[in-house]
Amino acid sequence: MTLLRLAERGLYCEAGDFYIDPWQPVERAVITHAHGDHARWGSERYLSSREAAGVLRTRLGSGATIRAVDYGEAIDVNGVRVSLHPAGHILGSAQVRVEHRGEVWVASGDYKTQPDPTCTPFELVRCHTFITESTFGLPIYRWPPDSEVFDAIRAWWRSNRDHGRASLLFGYALGKAQRLLAGLADADVGPVYTHGAVERLNRDYRHAGVRLADTQYASGMPRGHDFAGSLIVAPPSAAGSLWVRRFGAISTGFASGWMRVRGARRRRAVDRGFVLSDHVDWPSLLATVEATGAERVWVTHGTREPLVRWLSERGIEARVVASQWKGEEDTDPVEVPGEEITA
Amino acid sequence: MRRFALLFAAIDETTRTNEKVDAMAEYFRSADPADAAWAVWFLSGGRPKRLIPVRRLAGWAMEEADVPEWLFSECYDAVGDLAEAMSLLLPDRETTTDLALHQWITERLLPLGTKGEEDQRASVVQCWRELGGTERFIWNKLITGGFRVGVSQQLVVRALAKATGVAEGVIAHRLSGTWVPRAESFTSLSASETSDADVSRPYPFFLAYPLEEEIEALGSPAEWQAEWKWDGIRAQVIRRDGRTFIWSRGEELVTERFPEIAGAADFLPDGTVLDGEIMPWKDGAPLPFAQLQRRIGRKSLGGSILSDVPVVLVAYDLLELEGCDIRNEPLARRRAMLNEVITASRSTAFLPSPIVPLASWADAQAAYAGARERSAEGLMLKRSDSAYGVGRRKGGWWKWKVQPFTVDAVMIYAQAGHGRRASLHTDYTFAVWDDGVLVPFAKAYSGLTDDEIRDLDRWIRANTVEKFGPVRHVKPVHVFELGFEGIQASARHKSGVAVRFPRILRWRTDKRAEDADTLATLRAFL
Ligand SMILES: [Zn+2]
Ligand SMILES: [Zn+2]
Repeated sequence: MTLLRLAERGLYCEAGDFYIDPWQPVERAVITHAHGDHARWGSERYLSSREAAGVLRTRLGSGATIRAVDYGEAIDVNGVRVSLHPAGHILGSAQVRVEHRGEVWVASGDYKTQPDPTCTPFELVRCHTFITESTFGLPIYRWPPDSEVFDAIRAWWRSNRDHGRASLLFGYALGKAQRLLAGLADADVGPVYTHGAVERLNRDYRHAGVRLADTQYASGMPRGHDFAGSLIVAPPSAAGSLWVRRFGAISTGFASGWMRVRGARRRRAVDRGFVLSDHVDWPSLLATVEATGAERVWVTHGTREPLVRWLSERGIEARVVASQWKGEEDTDPVEVPGEEITA
Repeated sequence: MRRFALLFAAIDETTRTNEKVDAMAEYFRSADPADAAWAVWFLSGGRPKRLIPVRRLAGWAMEEADVPEWLFSECYDAVGDLAEAMSLLLPDRETTTDLALHQWITERLLPLGTKGEEDQRASVVQCWRELGGTERFIWNKLITGGFRVGVSQQLVVRALAKATGVAEGVIAHRLSGTWVPRAESFTSLSASETSDADVSRPYPFFLAYPLEEEIEALGSPAEWQAEWKWDGIRAQVIRRDGRTFIWSRGEELVTERFPEIAGAADFLPDGTVLDGEIMPWKDGAPLPFAQLQRRIGRKSLGGSILSDVPVVLVAYDLLELEGCDIRNEPLARRRAMLNEVITASRSTAFLPSPIVPLASWADAQAAYAGARERSAEGLMLKRSDSAYGVGRRKGGWWKWKVQPFTVDAVMIYAQAGHGRRASLHTDYTFAVWDDGVLVPFAKAYSGLTDDEIRDLDRWIRANTVEKFGPVRHVKPVHVFELGFEGIQASARHKSGVAVRFPRILRWRTDKRAEDADTLATLRAFL
């Protein structure tokens, strides 16, 4: 029996009787981060990082029982030592370190090692078994430096402004949108408007002390308001909806790691793709796996098989774990209830 | 090269036609004519001969990127485009250069053809090290000969007209035929005098739009001329300065392949250009298109092929008479002159395209209904006062194709598309039932909306039974109505039939796989 195993309702620790990011309701859920595929409704008790508590509450609603712990603070769950460590993915994202009888497992949820002003940087945790995502688990995925991406976004906005167009920039409502807004905080870009799903989470980020560009809620503007020359940040699900019509002439952009591939951008039918990801790229993934010192690697959501084969060929015991976390989909992982798309 | 890469990005990043044209016009206005000449050539679909076998190129890329072959194929599969997959895998560039586009082509690209394998490799790897991002992608596209930009020749012509102030028709004419990408050629595109020396040059073909509305919406039948729509090879026959040239619509010079027509053209007066359809024709009636294909497939025209499959030019139009461009004369006049020219030539290799009498639209309906029996694809409807335009324009000429054969078939294999559709499964193989077994008989690519493709792609990924390389064997669940233009018995196909131009008409979400048609249904069409 391994310390963690894949059970029907999620990744389960039998010794401590708790689940990590379960996809069905359980008694005790340890949550890596607040994205919809990792933090699901209905469990009795949740454990999260203190940094994540705000966004998690927004997602799960006021009725959820959430216990927040500091990064690195160890707690005892039925004799199993559990601690959370920064994953650098979004605000409050954590790797779950589980230790029992000298054996250490780390479930990293989603993570990235690049710097990101909206969350605590990734912390390397040594372990025997490392559970890694593989969203971008192919060597074609290599991220350019942030500065290059933000320069491109600014140039795109400026050109649109000069042509009298609004710039409609799509990014996941939780995490990506705020990373964009943080990166543009001193950029002299704007005015900046947001979709309701984004604005609601901006509040939690600002509350946690993250500095974002000044934003206004787009739906709060009077009818007939002229959006020409502005930048609008919205979740990808808003693309093509009636909500977009109010902006008049627009150019559309999408910020995502998927935009590294031309076909993915064309499939999305956006004018511009900006390669900005909250997941590790291939070189960082391999470097991280190596640095953990893990002798066993479990690969979850994403491009699992190639990564498993790559690691196996290098003498690491690797296997595919069929979690229900969604790495393959480039759709919006978070839906905030209550946003009226057509308003 | 950097400027050309920016132009490519500008075109690639917008779906708005005007912005594409503006970006090209701006480039043509400001670029070095030597660069602009190559840009025109590539943008209008010119492709260098494939200089290096793709497999060899991919091998070098794998070694440079230090990835094993299996991982390279995974990446290719995810990207859907070889040139792009290589660009993304290769390490970031080490240096930069300011080499201009024409230098890249003439100093780096074209010499590859004469080098040995080791020199080729050194040279290509060096180029990879100097190029980043889009430039490297374009370079790979140029080497593999698969450069496609998503602009039509017509848009290039419009941009050139905008940049030079020369009329679109003149530009199109100057570009057609064997246009050589050299600085002088580019400069002479914008020259103001219009008598071009090149005697071989054809006119741009005027193309018809598919009829979209009911035929009655065209107004009075008296204003229209109806002809059969033939399925052969659209061509122009040119007689100038005592020489004969036959150009196919693909702008290929095919004079040698059709000696019957070339011989007859020798008796046309100088300064004559005919537009028509090269058709296999025997005993006063057309032969199946496959016969013409058989003839085209031959390296030489020896043996009995000339007597087995003789050809004629079914002439539609007269574009030049006594050296004058008469494309702006009304169709009715051009047609009258065409008849005179053909009568005077006294040749059986020219046949004025028969006119379908049109007293009322009911005549057209009846002719349309009988088109297939005449081996025609449908009807062409041309306004009697229409000019011979450039490219595909709406309004003057319509094509009204007969409805294709249809059959309900089950999708059993799917494969990722290329280019615009990379990383989406868009190429499908369809099967019909035969004795309780699904027998594949057609591949089809087009016909679904983007939303349907997206839905189907998601379903395919979740319902793959087996993967062979990029091909996924999927559960036999979805039924599609397929249309095709023709059907023939074929020993080479497992199903025993080969269909022509299969395409998806609609997704029959109301049908289950069991409801699909059988091989017997298909055979009944034979
Ligand atoms: Zn996530
Ligand atoms: Zn995830």
